[in-house]
Amino acid sequence: MLKQIEGSQGIAEAVALCRPQVVCAYPITPQTHIVEGVGVMVKTGALTNCEFINVESEFAAMSVAIGASAAGARAYTATASQGLLFMAEAVYNAAGLGLPIVMTVGNRAIGAPINIWNDHSDSMALKDAGWIQLYAETNQEAADLHILAFRIAEELSCPVMVCVDGFILTHAFERIDVPTQEQVDMFLPPFDPVQMLDVDNPYSIGAMVGPEAFTEVRYLGHQKQVDALEVIPRLTAEFQQVFGRAAGGLVRPYRVEGAETVIVALGSVNGTIKDVVDAERDAGNSIGCVTIGAFRPFPLMELGDLLAGAKRVICVEKSLAPGLGGMVASNVRMAMRGTATPVYTVIAGLGGRPITRASLTTVFRAAAIGGLDDVTFLDLNRDAIAGQIARASRHRHSGPIAENLLKALNPGLVRRVSQEGAKP
Amino acid sequence: MNGDKLPFAITLDPGSSLHNHTGSWRSERPVYVDRMPPCNNACPAGENIQNWLFHAESGDYAAAWQALMRDNPMPGVMGRVCYHTCETACNRGQLDESVSIHAVERFLGDYALREGLVPQVDAPPSGKRVLIVGAGPSGLSAAYHLTRLGHAVTIREAGPMAGGMMRFGIPKYRLPRDVLDAEIARILAMGVTLELNTKVEDIDAAFAEGFDAIFTAVGAHLAKRTAIPAHAAGRILDAVTLLKQVELGEAPQLGRRVIVYGGGNTAMDVARTVRRMGADDAMIVYRRSAKEMPAHAIEAQEAEDEGVLIHWLRTITQIDATTFTVEKMRIDADGRPQPTGEFETLEADTLVLALGQDADTGFLTRVPGVAVARDGVVAVDGQMMTGRPGLFAGGDMVPSERTVTVAVGHGKKAARNIDAFLRGGQYEKGAQPELAGYDRLNTWYYDDAPQSVQDQLSMVRRQSGFDEVTKGLTEETALFEARRCLSCGNCFECDNCYGVCPDNAVIKLGPGNRFRIDYDYCKGCGICATECPCGAIQMVPEQA
Amino acid sequence: MTDDALQRVKFYQTGTQTVGNRLMDADSRTVQASTDRSNAITSGHRACQGCGEALGARYALDAAMRAAGGQLVAVNATGCLEVFTTPYPETSWQIPWLHSVFGNAPAVATGVAAGMRMRGKTDVRVVAQGGDGGTTDIGFGCLSGMFERNDDVLYICYDNEAYMNTGVQRSSATPPAARTATTPAVGDAPGNVFGTGKNMPRIAMAHNIPYVATASVADLHDLEAKVTRAMGIGGARYIHVFVPCPLGWGSASHDTIRIARLAVECGLFPLFEAVHGEVVAVTKIRRQVPVEDYLRPQKRFAHLFREGHEDRMRVEAIQLMADANIRRYGLVDAEDAK
Repeated sequence: MLKQIEGSQGIAEAVALCRPQVVCAYPITPQTHIVEGVGVMVKTGALTNCEFINVESEFAAMSVAIGASAAGARAYTATASQGLLFMAEAVYNAAGLGLPIVMTVGNRAIGAPINIWNDHSDSMALKDAGWIQLYAETNQEAADLHILAFRIAEELSCPVMVCVDGFILTHAFERIDVPTQEQVDMFLPPFDPVQMLDVDNPYSIGAMVGPEAFTEVRYLGHQKQVDALEVIPRLTAEFQQVFGRAAGGLVRPYRVEGAETVIVALGSVNGTIKDVVDAERDAGNSIGCVTIGAFRPFPLMELGDLLAGAKRVICVEKSLAPGLGGMVASNVRMAMRGTATPVYTVIAGLGGRPITRASLTTVFRAAAIGGLDDVTFLDLNRDAIAGQIARASRHRHSGPIAENLLKALNPGLVRRVSQEGAKP
Repeated sequence: MNGDKLPFAITLDPGSSLHNHTGSWRSERPVYVDRMPPCNNACPAGENIQNWLFHAESGDYAAAWQALMRDNPMPGVMGRVCYHTCETACNRGQLDESVSIHAVERFLGDYALREGLVPQVDAPPSGKRVLIVGAGPSGLSAAYHLTRLGHAVTIREAGPMAGGMMRFGIPKYRLPRDVLDAEIARILAMGVTLELNTKVEDIDAAFAEGFDAIFTAVGAHLAKRTAIPAHAAGRILDAVTLLKQVELGEAPQLGRRVIVYGGGNTAMDVARTVRRMGADDAMIVYRRSAKEMPAHAIEAQEAEDEGVLIHWLRTITQIDATTFTVEKMRIDADGRPQPTGEFETLEADTLVLALGQDADTGFLTRVPGVAVARDGVVAVDGQMMTGRPGLFAGGDMVPSERTVTVAVGHGKKAARNIDAFLRGGQYEKGAQPELAGYDRLNTWYYDDAPQSVQDQLSMVRRQSGFDEVTKGLTEETALFEARRCLSCGNCFECDNCYGVCPDNAVIKLGPGNRFRIDYDYCKGCGICATECPCGAIQMVPEQA
Repeated sequence: MTDDALQRVKFYQTGTQTVGNRLMDADSRTVQASTDRSNAITSGHRACQGCGEALGARYALDAAMRAAGGQLVAVNATGCLEVFTTPYPETSWQIPWLHSVFGNAPAVATGVAAGMRMRGKTDVRVVAQGGDGGTTDIGFGCLSGMFERNDDVLYICYDNEAYMNTGVQRSSATPPAARTATTPAVGDAPGNVFGTGKNMPRIAMAHNIPYVATASVADLHDLEAKVTRAMGIGGARYIHVFVPCPLGWGSASHDTIRIARLAVECGLFPLFEAVHGEVVAVTKIRRQVPVEDYLRPQKRFAHLFREGHEDRMRVEAIQLMADANIRRYGLVDAEDAK
């Protein structure tokens, strides 16, 4: 059914259609609307046989989900940013125990400085926790990916993180085709856990494993991800059959045929990138792009094939690996090992900064003439940086960087805020 | 069982740690032991008190009685007259009050008489004949034990009735005669021949009759005398004779005022007897103080309760008809009475001397090899045999404390040695286990339970008749009392070891079968030994 | 004397406080006396000799198993109990058991309970358990959340008063003056600080949950009765079990129960039950002892009793803590008070 709804509501409805049995909620912007939506459905009775548990922290949220999943129930939660880091220990644990929990991450920056807006720092921080990571490009996909995620998770006994750009997707009202319960039931069978707490077969889950077997356990975790490279495309195809539209998948190429420049990115920014690609193609520039749908497992082969003909690859990344540059680019280089194709990183959209077509066009064109650094920060205000560096070199106690920068960028705003803040 | 389908390593099959034998960590191992309970250790009759209490605790009085009867043929008597050194030794005395062992013993004795229980005798006849001289507690005990060992026993008793001092020395109010008669009859019913009014004078002749061994236990009946200057002596009797006369219904008139001279249990018995015979003033004169008297404090207390007046620290120095001059004494540093030169007078119609007895063992002086002391006491060796092979002796006539319990113990000990003698060997007492002292116990586990009190006859009736003073326990109170037993040194299957083992390394074998340590898993922590209430587990170093 | 009391004293004084008693009917004996006990933890575990926690956990879970008719699931925080029972490739658990991480056992248990309910397994009961570190420190937040929501979980804390698994470091349950690896017995104030304490049972009571109790491995009857009572109630329940650690406390391995008993008898570890935040029952001290009797056998307090340098002041301060407990809970009847 087509609905003009907020992305979060679309996700909530999709999750509800998956018949989760335990949903844990802890508020953190920008994912809050999702669990609120599920909560309403539980409270009104629209979603039955589901316990909605308001927990006291994200750590508890993931922990409750772990317990529920180990008890054989379909478990779901959502978080973002600081919350994901706060539950990090349990996130690793869920994967280590092989519990097929599905969690939405409403992608958001990580402080300090505290920032509620979108980037990928949070999910990237936990990319190696053993979870499958799917990134949504549109609100429709954000909803659909959750249905796929439960199926993938339960087939592999591996938790799946559905990464949805905060605000850009979670808070955007768009038309979403919400599937019917029949469709979802057809695609997603009841949860049949590989292992669960069972009084009739009382094994112990979560043993301490020493050096003699730890590597093997880790290898098997890795093998699950490798297996997912086969499972994800298969289920994506099956999804298309049942629901009549594409969703998910490992990689999605766009106009890469014969493209000299290929842009690689995760999530919603691909919409903007595709617009730029279209415009540049119209302008006669040889350019295409690839959306990475699954960052874990990382589709090395699939990506390698798509990028084989490119002369240059530009990764537009919403997170920064300080001291290195781009995590996506590093992974893409792995896909292109053995080739001499340069792979550039463009760090963009940190802390919610808009990624404009104009700016992207500028860097893509610069790359085409060899004028791009390995790591480029999109729309970086070099004056502000230079000012701060100069200040810091003059005074050891040069004041808070964030405020200094804000002053430098918008002196009027800062004055106004500090004056108002001073009022009782 | 799940190994194939469950996640590798992180998920494990239940109870699989049984593969890990933690017993290899152990440097000490717990071992179950049976230690000697202090009561058993203190019992002159060698009763296994803890054992028979164990049966009584579960209400199996017949089994308890049978266990008791292995050592003592007269529990009804013993439960009344024994001075229960067991209770003095009882560890429970350090916790609250000792277990009233004698009261339970008496209950069991009476129970057996009421139910007509008989001892289990299963030894085949040995073909040997044993003569016992004297039907007192020692002789009866020996007869009983020898019969149980398969020997044919004849008792020859000089007097008209069996029982010895139990009958002629202990008044009825302490030992009702129906109990005594029944317990003697039960011994005789086992096949013991009793010949009354038959005094044995010639040991060699007795051997010549065909007895393979002889046990003499003639007691000590000759009253000791003392010389008191008397101008005009009043009536002077001796305690043994008086008690015997009372028993036979031949007691003389004593008058209204009677002095009993002496401080032993017999003195108390006589004073209480004369009180019952109608003496208004029953007095005891004793040269030392209550602290030094040989009588048991309870006896003196009961005598005083009944109106007996005890003149402590007095010696009778002169008698003038009914006037007795007594000198005050003081106790010196050595605990001996010393005259003070201060005198006073007492008025009495009769004086009863209760100054102890000598053994009438003149008939043994002629037997070669038998050593008889001046007071008639006969020397015996560790096997209770005199210098004459095959001639044994016990009870009051040999050096020992003169109590019924000791006498009964002598009977048992003599029987075992005679049995060994008859079989051409020597009785070997088994190795004595270590004593289960109070420090061996973990008394936390016992509930607080004060001793039950035995009712007593009303004072009026105590002063006017010979009814038994101290009542028996009811079944309920007897059970209560039995269950106060701490079972020192002997497992009573409380399950503590089974429960407190952090390694589940104690195997419970079921009722009556106790426990076993599973050394595959026992790490030797020793909690079981520390938490064993009764000290029945010992930690033993492991051998390398 | 009431009929009940008469009956109790009258017929079972032979080892009445023991694990079993052949004279009592089977129903009145402890679960541990039974050969049918579930042995939730079986032999072969790797706990130290004389481990109080191994004992306490088996006591509690066997009682819970009986109360739940075998329909029991356990969630375990990281810690000694978890490590010594489940080193690959062997587990000592014979009941369904789940370990996630150190600080989340209460929340995991909440999830298990919810999951079981949603799967229609309404008869399956959930126990969560952890040591004092996992309970009073790192798991505190999750525990408070579980309490506040009144989730249907019995949480059992096995308190051995320090982080033993990692090598005896101080926790918020470590008593004043105790020596640990992070509160060494050196300097002017040797051992742990005399802080304000963190009384987890009272904190639990402040949540007004249906049931809170303290128990000790030294009093099995009491412990089992409390576990059984807790299992008969729905909602969040908390039992704090005192479990000496021979390794961390420097006590003899055979003294584990004795020391636990002394802790109760001196008043430092009061045994009580609270319903909806109100104390409803206390287990009276049977044979009161000074705290010194409890402290002396433990090397972690040895610096208080150094020959010629006895630290009377600190011992007295600890005695005052015990006295305060005795007053607060009425552990000694007025006529018995010294």
